Amino acid sequence: MHPAPSVILFTSLSGLGFGLLVWLGLGVLAPTGWVAFVFFTIAYLLAVGGLMASTFHLGHPERALKAFTQWRTSWLSREAWASVAALVLMALYGAGLVFFASRWAVLGYLGAALSLLTVITTSMIYAQMRTVPRWNNPTTPAMFLSYSLAGGALLAGEVTIAIWLLTIAVVAQVAHWVVGDRALAGSGTTIASATGLGDRGAVRSFEPPHTGTNYLMDEFIHVVGRKHRVTLRAIALISGLLMPSLILLAGVGHLLAAVAVLLHLVGVFASRWLFFAEAEHVVGLYYGKR
Amino acid sequence: MTALPETTDRKLGLVIDLDTCVGCHACVISCKGWNTENYGAPLADTDPYGADPSGTYLNRVHSYEIQPNDGPAQLVHFPKSCLHCEDAPCVTVCPTGASYKRSEDGIVLVNEQDCIGCGLCAWACPYGAREMDPAAGVMKKCTLCVDRIYNENLPEEDREPACVRTCPAGARHFGDFADPDSHVSKLTADRGGMDLMPEQGTKPVNQYLPPRARDAQMQPPALKPVAEDAKGFVGWLDKALSRVGGG
Repeated sequence: MHPAPSVILFTSLSGLGFGLLVWLGLGVLAPTGWVAFVFFTIAYLLAVGGLMASTFHLGHPERALKAFTQWRTSWLSREAWASVAALVLMALYGAGLVFFASRWAVLGYLGAALSLLTVITTSMIYAQMRTVPRWNNPTTPAMFLSYSLAGGALLAGEVTIAIWLLTIAVVAQVAHWVVGDRALAGSGTTIASATGLGDRGAVRSFEPPHTGTNYLMDEFIHVVGRKHRVTLRAIALISGLLMPSLILLAGVGHLLAAVAVLLHLVGVFASRWLFFAEAEHVVGLYYGKR
Repeated sequence: MTALPETTDRKLGLVIDLDTCVGCHACVISCKGWNTENYGAPLADTDPYGADPSGTYLNRVHSYEIQPNDGPAQLVHFPKSCLHCEDAPCVTVCPTGASYKRSEDGIVLVNEQDCIGCGLCAWACPYGAREMDPAAGVMKKCTLCVDRIYNENLPEEDREPACVRTCPAGARHFGDFADPDSHVSKLTADRGGMDLMPEQGTKPVNQYLPPRARDAQMQPPALKPVAEDAKGFVGWLDKALSRVGGG
């Protein structure tokens, strides 16, 4: 799959933002006044910034409101509802903390649940794709959720929770790679089933439909980004998950925490790049590629 | 809207005969022509006369080589367009309701006024039947020439999809699969029509007829060695060249 920068930015940043909102909503940290203002500003910049970035890949962003209509069947539509509902409730909850120094707990719990739901709906947009076997399994939501909650805890400065969740994220991330590397072969979809000609002999793409490239090949058959997969996997694991854990174990100051967050962000970007670049869409089989 | 209909009154679709298709791409061109001039946004080309031409097509013809364990390889031309699946995954993922499957005839269509161009439906399609138009920013797909098949302004023989109408080999057939006595239903039954990627669970309506088995060995016999007991000038040449070596 083509690793579009807008979608990588969106899933990474809004994942972090909604992760932070979960911990704020649960009251794991309940700052008030200016401190609350700073926390909520960071969470909203990330969550809303990510959502804005996601509209850049739309052909007609001016029609985006129509995406709220099909929540019965579409995970993308559900994501639109969950994110807006979470942002509205958490804004009210945040106003209570910032302006009235009071924690409206029920609102917070609801907002936290909706923030969590937003991350789940994002992950399900990918996990539902039967056409991309690497995504079509439970490791996709597990990875999105653990990254989001770990990053949120890191931003919230919740050391113990962050270390535990970073460890869980390592497991989810490695599981996603291990399961994903075998997924296409295990899906049963091959050039033989794609053409229906497999029982006659070995099928090989002899001539593509056109001499040039096309939308399908640009969008679904991305091979360049996979070249550095080992390096990028190492960056995702070491910079994104292990280094922040070690820094937290060593002790936290504000500066060190900022370094941990930045390292984590670099790792998340590497992981998300690979999430798309490594994903093989079955349509590639028609072109003799993967 | 993006919920799939439980059943459709008719199941319109195509039969594509892989035995007959000669790979001339006439269906590709007539499809592009009709769908650029008629329903919806035109099918754009980018850099058509430059170094990197690309464009939107609703129908593309691949060619595959089949190499059996014994015997010669076989070339199969393979036209591919929307299969108007009964369980169309492209429809249910659409967040705006722009993608829909018609309950009256089963045609899968895009309402371009509602399409936000998110591309998710193209991701959900295993067949590569949907392409985002680079100029219009909306998703394009085969409409089964919905603006031809019901069009009373056209002569009756033209009321079928442009690809079917134009195919010089008669490799494409259009009809109603819900009617067991239709031309397409009979062809599918007689010739063992098959689903593409059945394991994806899309239940495609369009059917592909496999190539018929070869009735004669197509491989030409190997040439006989020339002049093993050559005499005269050829004999001398053979001996002289053999002395030089190299076979």
